[in-house]
Amino acid sequence: MDENKEKNIQKELERWENTTVKKVIDKYPLFKKYFRNLSDYDSKALYTPLDIMDLNYLKDLGFPGEYPFTRHVQPTAYRGKLWTMRQFAGMASADETNRRFKYLIENGLTGLSVAFHLPTIYGYESCDSMSTGEVGKIGVAIDTVEDMEKLFAGIDLSKISTSMTINAPASILLSMYLVVGEKQGVPSEKLTGTVQNDILKEYIAQKSYIFPPEPSMRLIIDTIEYCTKHVPKWNTISISGYHIREAGSTAVQELAFTLADGFAYVEAGIERGLDVDAFAPRLSFFFNAHNDFFEEIAKYRAARRIWAKRMKNKYGAKNPDSWKLRFHTQTAGVSLTAQEPENNIVRVTLQALAAVLGGTQSLHTNSFDEALCLPTEKAVRIALRTQQIIAHESGATNTIDPLAGSYYVEALTDEMERQAEEYFKKIEELGGVIPAIRQNFFQREIARAAYRYQKEVEAKERIIVGVNKYVTESERPEILYIDEKVEEEQCERLENTKKNRDSEKTTKALSILKQKARTEENLIPFILDCVRAYASIGEIIGALKEVWGTYREDAIF
Amino acid sequence: MSNERKIRVIVAKPGLDGHDRGAKVVAHGLKDAGFEVIYTGLHQTPEDIVQSVIQEDPDALLLSLLSGAHNKLFTAITKQLEEQGIDDVLVIGGGIIPDQDIPHLKKHGVEEIFGPGTEIDEIVEYVKTHLKR
Amino acid sequence: MQINVTDSEIDEQVHKLRAGDQRAIAKLMTYAEMNLFLASQVIKKLYKYTGNAYIIGITGAPGVGKSSLVNQMAAFYISEGHRVGIIAVDPTSPFSGGAILGDRIRMKKSFSLKDVFIRSMANRGQMGGLARATRDMIKILDAAGYEIILVETVGVGQDEIDIFKAAHTCVVIVVPGMGDEIQAIKAGIMEITDVFVVNKMDLSGVDRTIMDLETTLQLTHNSKPKKPITPAQGLFVKVNNWKPPIIKTNAITGENIPKFIQNIQTHQDFLKKNDLLPIKKLAACKNEIMDIMKFQLYKKVEDYVFKNTDVNDLIEGIIEGDIDPYSISEDILAKFVKEARILDK
Repeated sequence: MDENKEKNIQKELERWENTTVKKVIDKYPLFKKYFRNLSDYDSKALYTPLDIMDLNYLKDLGFPGEYPFTRHVQPTAYRGKLWTMRQFAGMASADETNRRFKYLIENGLTGLSVAFHLPTIYGYESCDSMSTGEVGKIGVAIDTVEDMEKLFAGIDLSKISTSMTINAPASILLSMYLVVGEKQGVPSEKLTGTVQNDILKEYIAQKSYIFPPEPSMRLIIDTIEYCTKHVPKWNTISISGYHIREAGSTAVQELAFTLADGFAYVEAGIERGLDVDAFAPRLSFFFNAHNDFFEEIAKYRAARRIWAKRMKNKYGAKNPDSWKLRFHTQTAGVSLTAQEPENNIVRVTLQALAAVLGGTQSLHTNSFDEALCLPTEKAVRIALRTQQIIAHESGATNTIDPLAGSYYVEALTDEMERQAEEYFKKIEELGGVIPAIRQNFFQREIARAAYRYQKEVEAKERIIVGVNKYVTESERPEILYIDEKVEEEQCERLENTKKNRDSEKTTKALSILKQKARTEENLIPFILDCVRAYASIGEIIGALKEVWGTYREDAIF
Repeated sequence: MSNERKIRVIVAKPGLDGHDRGAKVVAHGLKDAGFEVIYTGLHQTPEDIVQSVIQEDPDALLLSLLSGAHNKLFTAITKQLEEQGIDDVLVIGGGIIPDQDIPHLKKHGVEEIFGPGTEIDEIVEYVKTHLKR
Repeated sequence: MQINVTDSEIDEQVHKLRAGDQRAIAKLMTYAEMNLFLASQVIKKLYKYTGNAYIIGITGAPGVGKSSLVNQMAAFYISEGHRVGIIAVDPTSPFSGGAILGDRIRMKKSFSLKDVFIRSMANRGQMGGLARATRDMIKILDAAGYEIILVETVGVGQDEIDIFKAAHTCVVIVVPGMGDEIQAIKAGIMEITDVFVVNKMDLSGVDRTIMDLETTLQLTHNSKPKKPITPAQGLFVKVNNWKPPIIKTNAITGENIPKFIQNIQTHQDFLKKNDLLPIKKLAACKNEIMDIMKFQLYKKVEDYVFKNTDVNDLIEGIIEGDIDPYSISEDILAKFVKEARILDK
């Protein structure tokens, strides 16, 4: 833009503020002093070309499917292929979840997403005393590969992609999936899907870690290395900001900490001696979609640009697929209210629309009753329908990155990138992601943001409809209950599996795994052997705990 | 020197659920209200929690759980407290607890439940006015 | 909030404590922490059972890994067949008066209820009150038969120094890369530290920190008096001929922990061999008695001022502006001493 034009706009802007606006404000003052987004960014009243003076279209935005991918990773975006509608599901037994999967597939679901129950997530058997009360509650109970077979019974693994939300024991669940593939006759080269496998965010936010960070990183890199060779279409990791956000972070923190984790995995892979272009294309991301519409859109756009730039310039990746940040999105569970739960349908719609306008590759929409319980079938259907309405009725998919060029969205994208870079610098000063975890840096930043947010809500500086404003007594919807019998039945099943297996083979496989854990060998082939020998997840994790110990965190507020 | 004393509470997360945002926000809020808050951290078994209660002698025990295991775990804790003869500790629960479960929990020694959207002041006031000693 | 505890209730709790009831220990601790009067009732009844525990003080800035180290120590002593008591002190917020006490988090789950007793305390920012309460907590654990008592503090004030003086072996923890960390160790703590730990030995700059520590230590050591000081001369005896060792550890992995504990043992042996335990105890007791008297006297004066209207008239004289605070205090104290003497007769 030439200088004269810029000066003219500046002059006109000041005139507008001092005349047109002032006259109105004198009569009708603004109803609040600050208009802050969820990262405490104070939005201006108006954005103009002056706010994006430094924006260089070709360099900063470019074209969809091309570096730096700010506008989309695919050249045709949703005009070529809609995002994958992937609803997270899992409860009670493998049989029960298998029924829910089939119901969702009949209703148009295009990718499976498995929720495991907490004992599986922490590597305990369903019969362990630590599992009391938790069996089948927030996801499906999987103890051995036998449960996994039941989970996918009648579902052709060569035809559907499966995402598994599992972290500390990701290598074990992936091994179980591969063995189910073997049994179905599907070669591992043909399997598609994702394991979350992102341990760093567990220490930072979600807290379902088992081992200390160093051996955990080793397991992840083992998985990446193994898949690069044997399961080439598998996304080996889903680097997740979702949980960081759910733990109470701001959008900027979610963006910065997630990407920092991503870079830490890239560095660990390179350190193992892997070619960055061999594994980086299979790294994927997972973000939250929260309430502030434009902030969320800017977040996704900034994420793509930052990733592409660093992968190319800092890590020297040459394969364009290594530069692409592909991501799954889930709407914000933490934003759902128990009060007037039907309002959550509207929240989810806005959040989902932001994810679509931000260019997500796959989407989970939360069910409106999730602040109360696990979702009922009806609630899940409405959530899926929300995605279908956006896809087919809203027109949001007709053109690519429709908000590009908006003064506000571009300025916000730049600002989020700038703030993320500041965080990267701080993390580097602390010695990297793992040292920063050990120093509780992330944990403290998040805890403070969460507390500040709570105080703002209580002071009514932030309005949550139906919670701190427009409050009425609402009816509670129907609730999904998990039968307490599930626990007993699951334990019986596990006992049966143990009785029927060749226990000599199991013991031997476990002892070899333990032995190999002390070496630097890739552990996946040995985990596969344990799984094939029907070792339970509790037994496999238990063996590794003996070698590596467990992790405990400090109290950080 | 007066007999004025501080209110001591334990904030605990039983079970395997790692969602600690709420528990931490509440702990922080109680501290700001002048309470002494003993935070036990994650993944506590009922035995761990009861051990903490015995040794710390708090005025109140605040349990937070979002995984749906509350019916089993909360009542396992109150049962063990009863077996130990501990009747002067106020037990309250928070997290995702369906309304339908509240009568059952109250019958088994959980005095009050605070769900999502509760203001910290509400909890502070409740604890202050319902102490059992 | 008010709390009333009768003499016979305390008797009963002490009885239960001797029978190994953990809840009684906890209740007595609550009383001891509450106020001087209740504390005195409790301690009078159980003092005769104390004197068997070995007390180790551990201090360091937030984030140096105190809880992890204490956890490792506890695990070691338990494995040796000891019963371990832990008192963990955290700071009180000066703004709200509240506190978050998070030390239980680090404690291993494998500890059984019978072997370890952990009690969290807030320092409550009350002048001198913390040391008094902590010393009493130690006595309660001692009377309950805990053979090793670990007292963990943040090490920031005079109170913490006083707690340290009640310990047999004092440990200070630092970590590399905290810059002026060593300079920041409260003057007065350095002099009475018996073992230094440089934790997080995996971080860079460990050797630098050890060097800094040695230099500072040399200076402190040289400034120690050449002749031993007896308890009668000072409130605390400075022990010559003990050069505090510096051990680097990793409290997370457990690396060098046995070596660290060996050094505590060496210090204990040193105290025994040189017959220093009674001297240490005498010094600590003198310190404690002075402290208690200060409180009791303060309380008496406070009550006296509160109850006597003519004293209050004296104070109100300051409004007239013709008499200064020093003179008023002297007048009140003179009156107090005279009347107290009459009352005692």
